[in-house]
Amino acid sequence: MIDAILSGLTALTAGAQHLITLNGLLCLAMLVIAGVMFYLAIVKDVEPLLLLPIAFGCFLVNLPLSEVMGHDGVLKTFYDFGIGNELFPLLIFVGIGSMTDFTPLIANPKLLLFGAAGQLGIFATLLLALLVFNFTKEEAVSVAMIGACDGPTVIYVSNLFAGLNKIPTAMVGALAVAAYSYMALVPVIQPPIMRLLTTEKERQVKMPSVKGKVSKTALIAFPLAVTLITGIIAPKGLPLMGMIMLGNFMKVTGVVTRLTKCSENEIANIATLFLGLAIGGTMFGPAFLKTETLFIFGLGLFAIIIDTAGGILLGKLWYLLSGGKVNPLIGAAGISAYPMAARLVQTEGQRWNKHNFLLMHAMGANTGGQIGSVMAAAIMLAVLKGLGVIP
Amino acid sequence: MPPTTLSDSTFGLTMLIVGMGGTLVTLWLLTLLLKGLTSLFPVKEEPASGLPHSNPPHNH
Repeated sequence: MIDAILSGLTALTAGAQHLITLNGLLCLAMLVIAGVMFYLAIVKDVEPLLLLPIAFGCFLVNLPLSEVMGHDGVLKTFYDFGIGNELFPLLIFVGIGSMTDFTPLIANPKLLLFGAAGQLGIFATLLLALLVFNFTKEEAVSVAMIGACDGPTVIYVSNLFAGLNKIPTAMVGALAVAAYSYMALVPVIQPPIMRLLTTEKERQVKMPSVKGKVSKTALIAFPLAVTLITGIIAPKGLPLMGMIMLGNFMKVTGVVTRLTKCSENEIANIATLFLGLAIGGTMFGPAFLKTETLFIFGLGLFAIIIDTAGGILLGKLWYLLSGGKVNPLIGAAGISAYPMAARLVQTEGQRWNKHNFLLMHAMGANTGGQIGSVMAAAIMLAVLKGLGVIP
Repeated sequence: MPPTTLSDSTFGLTMLIVGMGGTLVTLWLLTLLLKGLTSLFPVKEEPASGLPHSNPPHNH
Protein backbone atom coordinates (compact mmCIF):
# COMPACT_ATOMS: atom_id res chain seq x y z
CA MET A 1 0.00 0.00 0.00
CA ILE A 2 2.71 2.45 1.05
CA ASP A 3 4.78 1.39 -1.96
CA ALA A 4 1.87 2.16 -4.24
CA ILE A 5 1.38 5.59 -2.66
CA LEU A 6 5.10 6.34 -2.98
CA SER A 7 5.06 5.25 -6.63
CA GLY A 8 2.12 7.53 -7.26
CA LEU A 9 3.85 10.45 -5.56
CA THR A 10 7.06 9.76 -7.49
CA ALA A 11 5.08 9.93 -10.72
CA LEU A 12 3.71 13.32 -9.69
CA THR A 13 7.18 14.67 -8.98
CA ALA A 14 8.86 13.15 -12.06
CA GLY A 15 8.38 16.36 -14.00
CA ALA A 16 10.05 18.46 -11.34
CA GLN A 17 12.87 15.91 -11.09
CA HIS A 18 13.35 16.06 -14.83
CA LEU A 19 14.01 19.79 -14.62
CA ILE A 20 17.25 19.25 -12.74
CA THR A 21 18.74 17.03 -15.45
CA LEU A 22 20.80 18.54 -18.29
CA ASN A 23 17.96 18.06 -20.77
CA GLY A 24 15.59 19.54 -18.22
CA LEU A 25 17.70 22.65 -17.89
CA LEU A 26 17.81 23.03 -21.66
CA CYS A 27 14.02 22.74 -21.72
CA LEU A 28 13.86 25.32 -18.95
CA ALA A 29 15.94 27.68 -21.09
CA MET A 30 13.48 27.10 -23.95
CA LEU A 31 10.58 27.96 -21.64
CA VAL A 32 12.32 31.29 -21.03
CA ILE A 33 12.72 31.72 -24.80
CA ALA A 34 9.02 30.93 -25.23
CA GLY A 35 8.34 33.64 -22.65
CA VAL A 36 10.42 36.11 -24.66
CA MET A 37 8.48 35.20 -27.80
CA PHE A 38 5.18 35.70 -25.93
CA TYR A 39 6.46 39.12 -24.85
CA LEU A 40 7.49 40.07 -28.40
CA ALA A 41 4.18 38.91 -29.86
CA ILE A 42 1.88 40.39 -27.20
CA VAL A 43 3.69 43.54 -26.09
CA LYS A 44 5.84 44.44 -29.10
CA ASP A 45 3.41 43.21 -31.77
CA VAL A 46 6.18 41.27 -33.56
CA GLU A 47 4.41 39.01 -36.10
CA PRO A 48 1.91 37.94 -33.40
CA LEU A 49 -0.15 35.77 -35.77
CA LEU A 50 2.79 33.42 -36.17
CA LEU A 51 4.94 34.08 -33.15
CA LEU A 52 2.18 33.45 -30.62
CA PRO A 53 1.32 29.89 -31.77
CA ILE A 54 5.04 29.14 -32.33
CA ALA A 55 5.79 30.27 -28.78
CA PHE A 56 2.92 28.20 -27.42
CA GLY A 57 4.11 25.12 -29.31
CA CYS A 58 7.60 25.74 -27.90
CA PHE A 59 6.08 26.14 -24.43
CA LEU A 60 4.15 22.86 -24.71
CA VAL A 61 7.01 20.75 -26.04
CA ASN A 62 9.49 21.91 -23.40
CA LEU A 63 7.35 21.27 -20.35
CA PRO A 64 8.87 18.41 -18.32
CA LEU A 65 8.24 14.99 -19.84
CA SER A 66 5.91 16.48 -22.41
CA GLU A 67 4.69 13.99 -25.00
CA VAL A 68 3.11 16.45 -27.41
CA MET A 69 5.75 15.69 -30.04
CA GLY A 70 5.96 12.01 -29.20
CA HIS A 71 4.36 9.25 -31.24
CA ASP A 72 0.68 10.26 -31.64
CA GLY A 73 1.35 13.47 -29.71
CA VAL A 74 -0.94 16.35 -30.64
CA LEU A 75 1.78 18.59 -32.11
CA LYS A 76 3.36 15.63 -33.91
CA THR A 77 -0.03 14.96 -35.45
CA PHE A 78 -0.25 18.58 -36.62
CA TYR A 79 3.32 18.35 -37.93
CA ASP A 80 2.69 15.15 -39.88
CA PHE A 81 -0.66 16.38 -41.13
CA GLY A 82 0.45 19.74 -42.46
CA ILE A 83 4.18 20.31 -42.41
CA GLY A 84 5.64 16.90 -43.12
CA ASN A 85 3.69 16.92 -46.38
CA GLU A 86 4.14 20.71 -46.98
CA LEU A 87 0.37 21.34 -46.85
CA PHE A 88 0.22 24.28 -44.42
CA PRO A 89 2.80 26.54 -46.15
CA LEU A 90 0.99 25.99 -49.44
CA LEU A 91 -2.42 26.80 -47.93
CA ILE A 92 -0.95 30.00 -46.52
CA PHE A 93 0.31 30.81 -50.01
CA VAL A 94 -3.23 30.58 -51.38
CA GLY A 95 -4.19 33.16 -48.76
CA ILE A 96 -1.23 35.41 -49.58
CA GLY A 97 -2.08 35.29 -53.27
CA SER A 98 -5.66 36.25 -52.59
CA MET A 99 -4.54 39.18 -50.42
CA THR A 100 -1.97 40.60 -52.85
CA ASP A 101 -2.69 43.26 -55.45
CA PHE A 102 -0.24 42.91 -58.32
CA THR A 103 -1.65 45.92 -60.22
CA PRO A 104 1.32 48.28 -59.54
CA LEU A 105 3.68 45.58 -60.79
CA ILE A 106 1.72 44.74 -63.94
CA ALA A 107 1.43 48.46 -64.72
CA ASN A 108 5.22 48.79 -64.42
CA PRO A 109 6.70 45.36 -65.20
CA LYS A 110 10.31 46.53 -65.04
CA LEU A 111 9.91 46.80 -61.27
CA LEU A 112 9.99 43.00 -61.24
CA LEU A 113 13.76 43.20 -61.70
CA PHE A 114 14.03 44.68 -58.21
CA GLY A 115 12.36 41.49 -57.03
CA ALA A 116 15.23 39.56 -58.60
CA ALA A 117 17.97 41.77 -57.15
CA GLY A 118 16.32 41.46 -53.74
CA GLN A 119 17.12 37.74 -53.71
CA LEU A 120 20.89 38.23 -53.84
CA GLY A 121 21.06 37.54 -50.10
CA ILE A 122 19.83 33.98 -50.62
CA PHE A 123 22.71 33.00 -52.85
CA ALA A 124 25.39 35.02 -51.00
CA THR A 125 24.29 33.41 -47.72
CA LEU A 126 24.39 29.97 -49.27
CA LEU A 127 28.02 30.52 -50.20
CA LEU A 128 28.87 31.87 -46.75
CA ALA A 129 27.08 29.04 -44.93
CA LEU A 130 28.93 26.45 -46.99
CA LEU A 131 32.40 27.91 -46.99
CA VAL A 132 32.69 29.66 -43.65
CA PHE A 133 30.23 27.92 -41.33
CA ASN A 134 30.68 24.41 -42.74
CA PHE A 135 26.97 23.66 -43.05
CA THR A 136 26.12 20.72 -45.28
CA LYS A 137 24.74 21.54 -48.72
CA GLU A 138 21.15 20.93 -47.68
CA GLU A 139 21.53 22.87 -44.43
CA ALA A 140 23.18 25.76 -46.27
CA VAL A 141 20.33 25.93 -48.80
CA SER A 142 17.78 25.90 -45.98
CA VAL A 143 19.56 28.66 -44.05
CA ALA A 144 20.01 30.72 -47.22
CA MET A 145 16.26 30.63 -47.84
CA ILE A 146 15.80 33.04 -44.90
CA GLY A 147 16.94 35.57 -47.50
CA ALA A 148 13.65 34.96 -49.28
CA CYS A 149 12.10 37.00 -46.43
CA ASP A 150 9.18 34.66 -46.74
CA GLY A 151 8.28 32.31 -43.88
CA PRO A 152 6.22 29.72 -45.79
CA THR A 153 8.95 29.41 -48.46
CA VAL A 154 11.61 28.83 -45.79
CA ILE A 155 9.45 26.17 -44.14
CA TYR A 156 8.61 24.54 -47.47
CA VAL A 157 12.22 24.23 -48.62
CA SER A 158 13.75 23.28 -45.27
CA ASN A 159 11.06 20.73 -44.58
CA LEU A 160 11.75 19.15 -47.95
CA PHE A 161 15.23 18.35 -46.67
CA ALA A 162 13.95 17.34 -43.23
CA GLY A 163 11.65 14.86 -44.96
CA LEU A 164 14.68 13.39 -46.72
CA ASN A 165 16.53 13.23 -43.36
CA LYS A 166 19.14 15.64 -44.74
CA ILE A 167 18.64 18.23 -41.99
CA PRO A 168 17.40 17.79 -38.40
CA THR A 169 13.73 18.54 -37.85
CA ALA A 170 14.63 20.96 -35.04
CA MET A 171 16.40 23.09 -37.63
CA VAL A 172 13.07 23.77 -39.38
CA GLY A 173 11.85 25.44 -36.19
CA ALA A 174 14.97 27.58 -35.85
CA LEU A 175 14.76 28.60 -39.51
CA ALA A 176 11.07 29.49 -39.25
CA VAL A 177 11.56 31.59 -36.11
CA ALA A 178 14.57 33.35 -37.67
CA ALA A 179 12.65 34.02 -40.90
CA TYR A 180 9.59 35.46 -39.18
CA SER A 181 11.68 37.44 -36.70
CA TYR A 182 13.69 39.14 -39.42
CA MET A 183 10.57 39.82 -41.48
CA ALA A 184 9.24 41.69 -38.46
CA LEU A 185 12.57 43.48 -38.02
CA VAL A 186 12.71 44.80 -41.60
CA PRO A 187 11.86 48.35 -40.42
CA VAL A 188 14.87 48.21 -38.12
CA ILE A 189 17.30 46.48 -40.50
CA GLN A 190 16.66 48.32 -43.76
CA PRO A 191 16.87 52.09 -43.06
CA PRO A 192 20.56 52.14 -42.03
CA ILE A 193 21.46 50.18 -45.19
CA MET A 194 19.35 52.54 -47.31
CA ARG A 195 21.21 55.56 -45.91
CA LEU A 196 24.60 53.88 -46.10
CA LEU A 197 24.34 52.92 -49.76
CA THR A 198 22.66 56.04 -51.18
CA THR A 199 23.61 59.70 -51.32
CA GLU A 200 21.27 62.42 -50.10
CA LYS A 201 20.85 63.55 -53.70
CA GLU A 202 19.74 60.05 -54.75
CA ARG A 203 17.30 59.75 -51.86
CA GLN A 204 15.68 63.04 -52.83
CA VAL A 205 14.91 61.98 -56.41
CA LYS A 206 11.25 62.60 -57.08
CA MET A 207 9.71 59.98 -59.30
CA PRO A 208 6.73 60.74 -61.53
CA SER A 209 3.36 59.34 -60.51
CA VAL A 210 2.71 55.94 -62.01
CA LYS A 211 -0.22 54.79 -64.04
CA GLY A 212 -2.04 52.51 -61.66
CA LYS A 213 -4.63 51.04 -63.97
CA VAL A 214 -4.48 47.68 -65.65
CA SER A 215 -7.14 45.96 -67.73
CA LYS A 216 -9.01 43.14 -66.07
CA THR A 217 -7.90 40.76 -68.82
CA ALA A 218 -4.24 41.53 -68.10
CA LEU A 219 -4.89 41.03 -64.38
CA ILE A 220 -6.47 37.64 -65.07
CA ALA A 221 -3.74 36.60 -67.52
CA PHE A 222 -0.96 37.53 -65.08
CA PRO A 223 -1.25 34.62 -62.59
CA LEU A 224 -1.66 32.17 -65.44
CA ALA A 225 1.44 33.55 -67.21
CA VAL A 226 3.57 33.44 -64.05
CA THR A 227 2.46 29.89 -63.29
CA LEU A 228 3.15 28.82 -66.88
CA ILE A 229 6.67 30.27 -66.87
CA THR A 230 7.42 28.70 -63.48
CA GLY A 231 6.10 25.36 -64.64
CA ILE A 232 8.29 25.42 -67.73
CA ILE A 233 11.51 26.66 -66.11
CA ALA A 234 11.33 25.38 -62.54
CA PRO A 235 8.62 22.74 -62.14
CA LYS A 236 9.91 21.77 -58.67
CA GLY A 237 8.69 25.14 -57.47
CA LEU A 238 5.29 24.84 -59.08
CA PRO A 239 3.44 24.01 -55.82
CA LEU A 240 4.72 27.26 -54.29
CA MET A 241 4.06 29.54 -57.24
CA GLY A 242 0.93 27.66 -58.28
CA MET A 243 -0.76 28.19 -54.92
CA ILE A 244 0.09 31.89 -54.63
CA MET A 245 -1.15 32.42 -58.17
CA LEU A 246 -4.29 30.36 -57.56
CA GLY A 247 -5.18 32.71 -54.72
CA ASN A 248 -4.54 35.74 -56.90
CA PHE A 249 -6.41 34.24 -59.86
CA MET A 250 -9.52 33.72 -57.72
CA LYS A 251 -9.24 37.30 -56.46
CA VAL A 252 -8.89 38.99 -59.86
CA THR A 253 -11.55 36.99 -61.66
CA GLY A 254 -14.03 38.20 -59.08
CA VAL A 255 -16.35 35.29 -59.71
CA VAL A 256 -15.50 33.25 -56.62
CA THR A 257 -15.70 35.88 -53.90
CA ARG A 258 -16.62 33.29 -51.28
CA LEU A 259 -13.55 31.20 -52.06
CA THR A 260 -11.32 34.28 -52.09
CA LYS A 261 -12.60 35.45 -48.73
CA CYS A 262 -12.28 31.95 -47.34
CA SER A 263 -8.67 31.72 -48.62
CA GLU A 264 -7.58 35.00 -47.12
CA ASN A 265 -9.38 34.42 -43.84
CA GLU A 266 -10.39 30.94 -42.70
CA ILE A 267 -7.91 28.86 -44.71
CA ALA A 268 -4.92 31.14 -44.08
CA ASN A 269 -5.82 31.54 -40.42
CA ILE A 270 -6.34 27.86 -39.70
CA ALA A 271 -3.15 26.91 -41.55
CA THR A 272 -1.23 29.65 -39.72
CA LEU A 273 -2.42 28.45 -36.32
CA PHE A 274 -1.51 24.80 -36.83
CA LEU A 275 1.69 25.60 -38.71
CA GLY A 276 2.82 27.84 -35.86
CA LEU A 277 2.01 25.28 -33.20
CA ALA A 278 3.74 22.47 -35.08
CA ILE A 279 6.82 24.60 -35.80
CA GLY A 280 6.95 25.55 -32.13
CA GLY A 281 6.77 21.84 -31.38
CA THR A 282 10.08 21.29 -33.19
CA MET A 283 11.83 23.67 -30.76
CA PHE A 284 12.68 21.02 -28.18
CA GLY A 285 15.49 22.36 -26.02
CA PRO A 286 18.13 19.64 -26.35
CA ALA A 287 17.72 19.65 -30.15
CA PHE A 288 17.29 23.42 -30.57
CA LEU A 289 19.92 24.92 -28.27
CA LYS A 290 22.99 24.38 -30.39
CA THR A 291 25.68 26.62 -31.84
CA GLU A 292 24.12 26.08 -35.27
CA THR A 293 21.00 27.92 -34.12
CA LEU A 294 23.08 31.03 -33.38
CA PHE A 295 24.73 30.68 -36.80
CA ILE A 296 21.28 30.43 -38.40
CA PHE A 297 20.19 33.70 -36.81
CA GLY A 298 23.46 35.41 -37.79
CA LEU A 299 23.28 34.18 -41.37
CA GLY A 300 19.62 35.14 -41.59
CA LEU A 301 20.49 38.72 -40.69
CA PHE A 302 23.29 38.69 -43.25
CA ALA A 303 20.86 37.43 -45.91
CA ILE A 304 18.35 40.24 -45.32
CA ILE A 305 21.14 42.86 -45.36
CA ILE A 306 22.48 41.57 -48.69
CA ASP A 307 18.94 41.37 -50.12
CA THR A 308 18.42 45.02 -49.29
CA ALA A 309 21.83 45.98 -50.63
CA GLY A 310 21.19 44.05 -53.85
CA GLY A 311 17.96 45.92 -54.51
CA ILE A 312 19.46 49.31 -53.70
CA LEU A 313 22.53 48.69 -55.84
CA LEU A 314 20.29 47.82 -58.78
CA GLY A 315 18.41 51.03 -58.02
CA LYS A 316 21.67 52.98 -58.12
CA LEU A 317 22.56 51.42 -61.46
CA TRP A 318 19.11 52.35 -62.73
CA TYR A 319 19.59 55.87 -61.37
CA LEU A 320 22.77 56.21 -63.42
CA LEU A 321 21.31 54.69 -66.59
CA SER A 322 18.14 56.81 -66.40
CA GLY A 323 20.04 60.03 -65.87
CA GLY A 324 18.90 60.38 -62.28
CA LYS A 325 15.19 59.69 -62.79
CA VAL A 326 14.94 56.60 -60.57
CA ASN A 327 15.14 56.84 -56.79
CA PRO A 328 17.41 53.95 -55.69
CA LEU A 329 15.47 53.60 -52.44
CA ILE A 330 12.72 51.69 -54.22
CA GLY A 331 15.22 48.85 -54.68
CA ALA A 332 14.97 48.15 -50.95
CA ALA A 333 11.35 47.12 -51.50
CA GLY A 334 12.40 44.24 -53.76
CA ILE A 335 12.02 41.76 -50.90
CA SER A 336 9.05 39.66 -49.95
CA ALA A 337 8.06 41.47 -46.72
CA TYR A 338 4.83 42.90 -48.13
CA PRO A 339 3.68 45.65 -47.74
CA MET A 340 6.08 46.56 -44.94
CA ALA A 341 9.11 47.12 -47.18
CA ALA A 342 7.14 49.34 -49.59
CA ARG A 343 5.80 51.49 -46.77
CA LEU A 344 9.30 51.81 -45.39
CA VAL A 345 10.58 53.11 -48.73
CA GLN A 346 7.74 55.65 -48.82
CA THR A 347 8.57 56.82 -45.29
CA GLU A 348 12.30 57.01 -45.99
CA GLY A 349 11.74 58.81 -49.30
CA GLN A 350 9.54 61.42 -47.64
CA ARG A 351 12.08 61.92 -44.90
CA TRP A 352 14.46 63.36 -47.50
CA ASN A 353 11.95 64.98 -49.81
CA LYS A 354 8.52 65.57 -48.37
CA HIS A 355 7.04 66.01 -51.84
CA ASN A 356 8.12 62.54 -52.84
CA PHE A 357 5.56 59.76 -53.23
CA LEU A 358 7.37 56.50 -53.89
CA LEU A 359 4.65 54.20 -52.57
CA MET A 360 3.25 52.94 -55.88
CA HIS A 361 6.72 52.31 -57.30
CA ALA A 362 7.71 50.59 -54.08
CA MET A 363 4.52 48.50 -54.05
CA GLY A 364 5.39 47.29 -57.54
CA ALA A 365 8.91 46.38 -56.45
CA ASN A 366 7.54 44.76 -53.29
CA THR A 367 5.10 42.51 -55.11
CA GLY A 368 7.98 41.81 -57.50
CA GLY A 369 9.91 40.72 -54.41
CA GLN A 370 7.12 38.32 -53.49
CA ILE A 371 7.27 36.72 -56.90
CA GLY A 372 11.08 36.94 -56.90
CA SER A 373 11.44 35.08 -53.62
CA VAL A 374 9.18 32.25 -54.70
CA MET A 375 10.84 32.16 -58.12
CA ALA A 376 14.30 32.05 -56.51
CA ALA A 377 13.18 29.11 -54.36
CA ALA A 378 11.70 27.40 -57.42
CA ILE A 379 14.88 27.93 -59.45
CA MET A 380 16.99 26.73 -56.54
CA LEU A 381 14.94 23.53 -56.24
CA ALA A 382 15.17 22.99 -59.99
CA VAL A 383 18.96 23.38 -59.92
CA LEU A 384 19.23 21.10 -56.87
CA LYS A 385 17.26 18.46 -58.74
CA GLY A 386 19.53 18.94 -61.74
CA LEU A 387 22.58 18.45 -59.51
CA GLY A 388 21.02 15.34 -57.99
CA VAL A 389 20.83 16.80 -54.46
CA ILE A 390 17.09 16.18 -54.26
CA PRO A 391 15.12 13.48 -56.08
CA MET B 1 27.75 15.18 -61.86
CA PRO B 2 26.58 13.46 -58.64
CA PRO B 3 26.32 15.91 -55.71
CA THR B 4 28.79 13.92 -53.63
CA THR B 5 31.56 14.71 -56.10
CA LEU B 6 30.88 18.46 -55.95
CA SER B 7 33.05 20.39 -53.56
CA ASP B 8 31.28 22.93 -51.36
CA SER B 9 32.84 25.82 -53.25
CA THR B 10 31.83 24.40 -56.65
CA PHE B 11 28.32 23.74 -55.38
CA GLY B 12 28.01 27.21 -53.84
CA LEU B 13 29.30 29.01 -56.91
CA THR B 14 27.09 26.91 -59.20
CA MET B 15 24.07 27.84 -57.11
CA LEU B 16 25.12 31.49 -57.09
CA ILE B 17 25.62 31.70 -60.83
CA VAL B 18 22.82 29.43 -62.05
CA GLY B 19 20.42 30.27 -59.21
CA MET B 20 20.81 34.04 -59.18
CA GLY B 21 21.30 34.17 -62.95
CA GLY B 22 18.29 31.92 -63.49
CA THR B 23 16.14 34.07 -61.20
CA LEU B 24 17.20 37.25 -63.01
CA VAL B 25 16.64 35.82 -66.47
CA THR B 26 13.28 34.26 -65.54
CA LEU B 27 11.99 37.48 -64.01
CA TRP B 28 13.28 39.45 -66.99
CA LEU B 29 11.31 37.07 -69.25
CA LEU B 30 8.28 37.69 -67.06
CA THR B 31 8.84 41.43 -67.45
CA LEU B 32 8.68 41.05 -71.22
CA LEU B 33 5.59 38.89 -70.91
CA LEU B 34 3.89 41.47 -68.71
CA LYS B 35 4.73 44.22 -71.17
CA GLY B 36 3.16 42.06 -73.85
CA LEU B 37 0.07 41.51 -71.73
CA THR B 38 -0.44 45.20 -71.01
CA SER B 39 0.05 46.02 -74.71
CA LEU B 40 -2.28 43.25 -75.79
CA PHE B 41 -4.96 44.18 -73.28
CA PRO B 42 -4.75 47.96 -72.85
CA VAL B 43 -6.74 49.52 -70.08
CA LYS B 44 -8.81 51.83 -72.29
CA GLU B 45 -10.64 48.90 -73.83
CA GLU B 46 -11.90 47.56 -70.54
CA PRO B 47 -12.96 48.80 -67.10
CA ALA B 48 -10.02 49.66 -64.89
CA SER B 49 -8.90 47.22 -62.25
CA GLY B 50 -9.86 47.78 -58.67
CA LEU B 51 -12.83 49.91 -59.61
CA PRO B 52 -16.11 48.30 -58.67
CA HIS B 53 -18.87 48.33 -61.24
CA SER B 54 -21.52 48.85 -58.62
CA ASN B 55 -22.19 52.49 -59.56
CA PRO B 56 -23.55 52.58 -63.09
CA PRO B 57 -23.76 56.03 -64.68
CA HIS B 58 -26.96 57.88 -63.90
CA ASN B 59 -29.32 58.76 -66.70
CA HIS B 60 -29.99 62.46 -66.46
